Amino acid sequence: MKLTLKIWRQKNAQVKGNFETYRMDNVSPEMAFLEMLDSLNKRLVEEDKDPVAFDHDCREGICGSCGMYINGHPHGPVPAITTCHLSMRFFKDGETVWIEPWRAKPFPVIKDLIVDRSAFDKIQIAGGYISVNTGSAPEANNILVPKNVSDEAFNSAICIGCGACVAACKNASAMLFVSARISQFALLPQGRIEAKARVRAMVDKMDEVGFGSCSNTGACEAECPKQIKLTNIARMNREFYKAF
Amino acid sequence: MGKLNSKIPEGPLAQKWTSYKASVKLVNPANKKKLEIIVIGTGLSGAGASSALGELGYSVKTFCYQDSPRRAHSVAAQGGINAAKNYQSDGDSIYRLFYDMIKGGDFRAREANVYRAAEVSNQVIDHYTALGVPFARDYGGTLNTRSFGGVQVSRTFYSSGQTGQQCLLGTYSSLNRQIKQGNVKMFPRREMLDLVLIDGKARGIIARNLITGEIERHAAHAVVLATGGYGTIYYLSTLAVNSNASAAWKAHKKGAFFANPSFVQIHPTCVPQLNEFQAKLTLMSESLRNDGRVWVPKTKGDKRPANAIPEEERDYYLERRYPTFGNLVPRDVASRAAKERCDAGYGLGETGLAVNLDFKDAIKKQGKKAIENKYGNLFEMYKNITGIDSYEEPMRIYPAGHYTMGGLWVDYELMTTIPGLYAIGEANFSDHGANRLGASSLMQTSGDGYFILPNTVSNYLSNEIRVPNISTDSPEFAETEKEVVERLKKLISIKGKKTASSFHKRLGKIMWDYCGMIRNEEGLKKALVLIKELKDEFWRDLKVTGEYTELNQELEKAGRVADYFEVTELLVTDALNRKESCGAHFREEYQTPDGEAKRNDEEYAYVAAWEYAGEDNPHILHKEELKFEEVEMKVRSYK
Ligand SMILES: Cc1cc2nc3c(=O)[nH]c(=O)nc-3n(C[C@H](O)[C@H](O)[C@H](O)COP(=O)(O)OP(=O)(O)OC[C@H]3O[C@@H](n4cnc5c(N)ncnc54)[C@H](O)[C@@H]3O)c2cc1C
Ligand code: SF4
Ligand code: FES
Repeated sequence: MKLTLKIWRQKNAQVKGNFETYRMDNVSPEMAFLEMLDSLNKRLVEEDKDPVAFDHDCREGICGSCGMYINGHPHGPVPAITTCHLSMRFFKDGETVWIEPWRAKPFPVIKDLIVDRSAFDKIQIAGGYISVNTGSAPEANNILVPKNVSDEAFNSAICIGCGACVAACKNASAMLFVSARISQFALLPQGRIEAKARVRAMVDKMDEVGFGSCSNTGACEAECPKQIKLTNIARMNREFYKAF
Repeated sequence: MGKLNSKIPEGPLAQKWTSYKASVKLVNPANKKKLEIIVIGTGLSGAGASSALGELGYSVKTFCYQDSPRRAHSVAAQGGINAAKNYQSDGDSIYRLFYDMIKGGDFRAREANVYRAAEVSNQVIDHYTALGVPFARDYGGTLNTRSFGGVQVSRTFYSSGQTGQQCLLGTYSSLNRQIKQGNVKMFPRREMLDLVLIDGKARGIIARNLITGEIERHAAHAVVLATGGYGTIYYLSTLAVNSNASAAWKAHKKGAFFANPSFVQIHPTCVPQLNEFQAKLTLMSESLRNDGRVWVPKTKGDKRPANAIPEEERDYYLERRYPTFGNLVPRDVASRAAKERCDAGYGLGETGLAVNLDFKDAIKKQGKKAIENKYGNLFEMYKNITGIDSYEEPMRIYPAGHYTMGGLWVDYELMTTIPGLYAIGEANFSDHGANRLGASSLMQTSGDGYFILPNTVSNYLSNEIRVPNISTDSPEFAETEKEVVERLKKLISIKGKKTASSFHKRLGKIMWDYCGMIRNEEGLKKALVLIKELKDEFWRDLKVTGEYTELNQELEKAGRVADYFEVTELLVTDALNRKESCGAHFREEYQTPDGEAKRNDEEYAYVAAWEYAGEDNPHILHKEELKFEEVEMKVRSYK
């Protein structure tokens, strides 16, 4: 396949960025999207040019490192997958592909396609845990959890912290991400004990670090690679009102 | 041999850990705050240790190269985590778990360590459950288990196909709690580039800030390496692309012995390579072998689509060769059997490097819904990558580099041969012998981090309470920093023509061809020559763009690849030295008439611990004899 890439290049946070055009003559449909970028980078290095910087690690859709806007969609046009799982099969010969970093004020660009997502960690540090010291846990089967509840907690717990929900949202809201964690703990008996303090601490921190509010557009759910549901946001709101 | 003291406590096996804990020296709570500990790595072992040490009151500084500790590669573990809970009343016990690991490791692990890993496994499950890890449950609300990887009891706890992610996010949450309380300070996007020794003790590290390029000095009373495995030496592996050997290797060059480097596990069920730019191989959980049947066509070069090949023309080679364990034989056995068929010309597809994993019969028997419940996310992942629907046709799989049993040599306290330097998790060599059983790494890394290391460090640190906070202004820090910077400059100044990745790929191929699933003397000797040639070419013709004083991913890669050349030389040397087949280490010259591994307990029942002796000198071999007091060494048979 032949492709034209329009990639956002930005040397660092201080300078302005712009789109550069790269022509790719030999893209195999069996390549993964990031492998296509690897092959571009190999060429750039060989030509003594600065390769495109992007975050990535596991390359199997689970660590949440990767993420970029591809043709206007976080993680690209295919639903429910991460950028590293996007296959070049989904692109057509001759296509022009636009590649940009997450665009959201709380996620400043570090270089090219790399953004700073440490605001996510700050919210988790504020209260995303159950307070139990090592060695003090009761026998695991002493607290029974109904299977459907445990399964539901799991469905919230699979968020990979990639930030696509924030990038997709016109208000740069982190509600889907935060509510997934709050839901996981609110559902489980182990997490109920601190539920009130947790939801207040995490929501406060979310506002403090600059994420916007939710206007129920649902773009986050549509773009989330792990299909985290909007019902988590509703649960978080309920938990928040109950917490006062 | 005098140099190795494994410090195994006296007394009966089942009492050793209890009596160790009862007599270990402790640090007074008021003194703990004054003691600083550096932890490198935030996988289950590193983040677990950081949490537990923080809870105890030590001042912890934790580092990882990712942008967040939540992304350490433990996150990718799929299948599950073992514990000896015996919830199923199927005859399980701490002893049986211990025995299975010793046997699975082909009698090349240390009894006392393995027993302790099994012993703390139950506490690990209790702790994760209390942290809110949503393990799978039964309808009555109790925890569920499944059987996994070459054992006959059901002891594997799991969260669908995402157990590692769930355990790691639980551990990330306990780490966050300690960060909030001020006991742990987190340093993400840092790469440890060297270890600093003062008077022979580990006293700090030199790290590079991966965003600014700044070179940083960090001091502590003790340093813990929890940096994971080095399976990326094969280039294509199931590890994260940035996983590396550098931290452990730098420590090795400063005096930490490296044990059993050639014990590398090749995982049998991975998605085969699809294109030449492929950067990694994706694991398809071993749990799939509970229901999938492995086969190749009975006729060489039969290229018909799988569904067009009638039943009687299929060779279910695992069921044929191993009637008792069938498709559930351990990983090393399954991997070699796949290679054997493919090398003999029965492999699938263009490359001939793939076998079928077929769910047709399971779907017929249990229904599509049941299979979807168990493996839905794996089938989806496979379809994303290959475009193939495995409910309709078999998956294609092939072995890939996966896990390193070898690692830094540690004693019973998990301390390396450098005083004050510890190694935990996959980074040490200790519990899996020559082959690791499924779901026992999450168990061991968690046990090391949460329950073992926090109990053993006090034995060392109780003697350090009079040492004031260590300054980073000492000549030792300055000297080590200078070496680090010189090397970074050297990598950039070569200005050759080839990228670091291109060298990595070529090195990976040498290792895969000559030091992979099957090894022989001639091939290993050839590998040593090829590695040396490629290493020389690397230092002549490498190209790294940019500077070291800025974000520079090419430089990061180059530094890691430079270390791989040295790691692989030692790995091959170790493989040459071990003139026997055991576990994952299969030497063609040493096999039984029916092609199974042939151990040599007379001469090789030892841990090979290698000492670095300088750039131009061969490594020095130290042997830790393995004494089996509890179990009898048997031939490991899965027939
Ligand atoms: C795909 C896959 C599936 C698996 N499935 C299972 C399973 O089902 N059950 C099971 O028991 N085991 C499984 N394993 C094995 C198991 O996941 C690992 O052995 C284990 O998680 C390793 O944990 P760790 O804490 O030792 O290291 P890791 O989780 O690998 O963490 C290493 C850490 O070290 C840091 N680091 C490394 N080098 C540096 C440096 N130089 N400077 C700073 N930081 C550094 C990294 O940032 C990271 O935080 C699987 C492994 C893989 C690859
Ligand atoms: S909610 Fe979805 S999109 Fe948002 S961080 Fe989690 S996985 Fe990513
Ligand atoms: S690289 Fe880990 S999710 Fe994409």
